[in-house]
Amino acid sequence: MNDTGFSLGARRRLVVQERIIGALLFGCGVVSVLTTIGIVVVLVSQSVGFFAEVSPLEFLTGTRWSPQLVPQSFGILPLLNGTLIIAIGSSLIAIPIGLASAIYLSEYSKPRTRRIIKPILEVLAGIPTVVYGYFGIMFVTPILRTIFPQTGIFNAASAAIVVGIMILPMVSSLSEDALAAVPRSLREAAYGLGATKFEVSTRVVTPAALSGIVASFILAVSRAIGETMAVALAAGATPRLTLNPLESVQTMTAYIVQVSLGDTPYGSLEYRTIFAVGLVLFLITLAMNLLSQRITRRFREVYE
Amino acid sequence: MSRHHAAVRPDPRMNDTSLAPRGGRFEPRIAQRQRTGRLFRGLCLAAVAFGVVSLVVLLIDVTRDGLGVLSLDFLTRYPSRLPARAGIRSAILGSLWMVLLVTVLAFPLGVGAAVYLEEYAPKNWFTRMLQTNIANLAGVPSIVYGILGLAVFVRFLGFGRSVLAGAATLALLTLPVVIIAAQEAIRAVPSSLREASYGLGASRWQTIRHHVLPVAMPGILTGTILALSRAIGETAPLIMIGALTFIAFDPVTPMDSFTVLPIQIFNWTQDARAPFHDLAAGGIVVLLVVLLLMNASAILLRNKYQRKL
Repeated sequence: MNDTGFSLGARRRLVVQERIIGALLFGCGVVSVLTTIGIVVVLVSQSVGFFAEVSPLEFLTGTRWSPQLVPQSFGILPLLNGTLIIAIGSSLIAIPIGLASAIYLSEYSKPRTRRIIKPILEVLAGIPTVVYGYFGIMFVTPILRTIFPQTGIFNAASAAIVVGIMILPMVSSLSEDALAAVPRSLREAAYGLGATKFEVSTRVVTPAALSGIVASFILAVSRAIGETMAVALAAGATPRLTLNPLESVQTMTAYIVQVSLGDTPYGSLEYRTIFAVGLVLFLITLAMNLLSQRITRRFREVYE
Repeated sequence: MSRHHAAVRPDPRMNDTSLAPRGGRFEPRIAQRQRTGRLFRGLCLAAVAFGVVSLVVLLIDVTRDGLGVLSLDFLTRYPSRLPARAGIRSAILGSLWMVLLVTVLAFPLGVGAAVYLEEYAPKNWFTRMLQTNIANLAGVPSIVYGILGLAVFVRFLGFGRSVLAGAATLALLTLPVVIIAAQEAIRAVPSSLREASYGLGASRWQTIRHHVLPVAMPGILTGTILALSRAIGETAPLIMIGALTFIAFDPVTPMDSFTVLPIQIFNWTQDARAPFHDLAAGGIVVLLVVLLLMNASAILLRNKYQRKL
């Protein structure tokens, strides 16, 4: 017996074997589709039960979120507000610092320095988020409380700072990739016209890489929105409409964690809130990820 | 230049007068422009330094807090209400279970899907949908996977709050990362290798098994190790499926309840009593050392085989 296809029986067996393997591999690919279907079905079916009792209008426009208190209210705005504060605060750190790091690594540093520094920055993204939560409470918050004595033990600022540090490498690495992909000829043309390095970096290379840079911003913000543990630990569990970063807030993700930590009975209206909140979270992050992919595809400057 | 961005549209930068002649005479103002350049360079360098310093400060802070509790006893004791007696034995065992089962579940599925997409899939709408879907799954927040695991594995399939339910949830979470890494590794295999194999009469699967996969394997393993190191640090999805419980026994079967290192760390960090915070820091040091070893092995693997090709 051999499997080189010389005898007819072996040949046929081989064809059958190939078919089976092809089907098995196809099955592996389909698992990812089933995952997406599973997520959508679970979130939507449980949310339908929730929205049968709470009107979607109240859910989307209500300004009080207290499913576990009497009287219950189900206005998601305080949770959105908490998520927004963290997203904006962390972007204020990650976007300028990340982009400046990317420009330094791509335009100024020696290749050797870049090879060392880029992975070091990427370590920041590999540290588990629960560690950032610890760092936020035990290190950042005490510093904030020394500077601003009115800061709460749990506060949005410390969470935003640690999340900003966490998503920094996403901006710096992806933007650096985009900057590095800009052809040399563009830089040399600008130098030839007498531009300084600063002018080449900010007026030629950065605009040319803008689609990749913006895509990295969106991905980083989407990551900040979905971030859970650092926020649950450092920002606290007080859903409130506020713009004061020194107060405790609650994000959508932190709320979901809070419910699953408590002893809310499965299937109750209070429990179903996590699916409704999860659906909103899923839709927001999905929209941002699709947007970032679109920007990369549509607005990529194709050189040569 | 881009076909779509032809020069017909006036560039707004053309109106930028900062470099244009002033008073009708060109002034290079070189010194001033160089000064701006140096300032900018300094700012960018400061940005890089911010990232690096943040990392160093974080590591020092955690190590300083946690070093005091690290001992053999800390690694071999169960959690306890008394901080002096508490350890991370069940958490370490739970994390080991997770790595083992997630590898068993996600590795074959991920590599299989990658082989399908790179070697078998026809170029049609379904393949494009699969590919977009995988990219999107990689961006879904981990807590959403927790909700999925809770509804499907814990409730619907009746796994309960078990090791198996946790591992299945984390496997789905790591799957897109494994697929994308494996696809890149398979794509990097030169097609001449495949054609030589086909030329000798090998079938598609024989070509993949004997030629494509062996060459792509270091890349696949590197990506898988990195994906697993993410799974080890995951907390939120496991909290969702109910793994935050007091576990003072060894999980011995996949149906046992369990805890993992990040959850133990979360639990201790959350505690209002200060002695537990040092235990949390001790747990973090152990977790970071494990992650460091995994990442280092991934990098070594990559470097070793990168030179060969």
